[in-house]
Amino acid sequence: MGLVNPASENLEVEGTQVSTMSPNWVTTRLDFLVNWARKNSLWPMPFGTACCAIEYMATAASRFDIARFGMERQSFSPRQADVFICAGRVPFKLAPVLRRIWDQMPQPKWCISMGACASTGNVFDNYTVVQGIDTIIPVDVYVPGCPPRPEGLIYGIQLLQKKIAGETFTDQDLRQEATYGPGNLFLPPARIDELSEPFGNSVHQTRSQ
Amino acid sequence: MSAPVQAAAASPGGHYVPHAPQGAQPETVAALRAAFGDAIGRDVLVCGETIVYVARERAHEILAWLQTTPGQEFDYLTDITAVEYRDPELPIEVVYQLRSLARRADLRVKIALDKTQPLEVDTVWDLWKGCDWLEREVYDMFGIVFRGHPDLRRLLMWETYAEGHPLRKDFPLRGHFSRAEQTRQALAAQPEAHYSLEELSIADAYHELPADMRERLLKGERGTLT
Repeated sequence: MGLVNPASENLEVEGTQVSTMSPNWVTTRLDFLVNWARKNSLWPMPFGTACCAIEYMATAASRFDIARFGMERQSFSPRQADVFICAGRVPFKLAPVLRRIWDQMPQPKWCISMGACASTGNVFDNYTVVQGIDTIIPVDVYVPGCPPRPEGLIYGIQLLQKKIAGETFTDQDLRQEATYGPGNLFLPPARIDELSEPFGNSVHQTRSQ
Repeated sequence: MSAPVQAAAASPGGHYVPHAPQGAQPETVAALRAAFGDAIGRDVLVCGETIVYVARERAHEILAWLQTTPGQEFDYLTDITAVEYRDPELPIEVVYQLRSLARRADLRVKIALDKTQPLEVDTVWDLWKGCDWLEREVYDMFGIVFRGHPDLRRLLMWETYAEGHPLRKDFPLRGHFSRAEQTRQALAAQPEAHYSLEELSIADAYHELPADMRERLLKGERGTLT
């Protein structure tokens, strides 16, 4: 597991692409401005499926108040959303829905996987729960916890803001839509098996051939 | 034990019907034996609840009798479920939990299904319309076919789910397929196409639908039920 952008794994390599534009004073200043605007007005798309959604609601409510981070506008339509926050476990039956919603979101978009279930499947290592939504869509920030406290989610949001602040439009791969490989899979099958591997001493898992 | 119940029944309120102090229904069992004879198997009392085993062939008849006969009036179907025991010798049981709202009495009726035979029972859809999704769930989870059910599709798993029936004892916890294959099949499912034409009131307007939707409905991403 090297530090490779998972979205590029399914891309066929057609010779090295050299960006025609190298970072200079103008682009970095422009990046700074654009990133400042983006990171301070993230519109979240809440995808709450379980108990994490309750913590998400607490985060959005007055005590923790993610409006302080420019997220007061909860977008319940993927078309007007920037951040996909998956709060809760995702069953396989919901996987195509989640994928569809993610595909409907326009660039730029980011994804926060909130809680242990969305990130890894948690204790639901069974026939019906997706073992981490990163097997379906790309994820920017994982927030651990079961469920994470609102402070945890806010920390995740701050990490995402940091990540956004470091982006540059001269990186051509950055805002590229994720491409899906054979079978509409986001990752190679062996990689999905690896990510979904059971924890502990439980080894009875069927593998891809 | 019975003194406060009687006192309440004799109270001037008039409409008070006391709760049955126990779930035991010896009169019902006796009446069933009188009416159906050999079709009634053993009856047991578990945790104060009466369980009656009935023969599969006459189960529908017996349930209809329980629903309509005066003095029984089990007019409410609380639940249908099934049990498979870890002992492979034991049969799979289909469980009907009945309730008489008027008499405030409960009865559990079980049908034992031999695993070597096809797992089929008659639907009770004509008796209790509410059994629709209950039977679909039992079919989904155990693979028990309810003959005569108007729309027997999977309920919890998606309709093209091909790994089998998850609550059966021979079903591994993580499913039969690899995670990658499970993910691939899940992503290939079409959530919108999972309604039957009967459910979609657009069935009449079928020929006015867009071509792609028409094709999807016709070809059936409903897929083959396994």
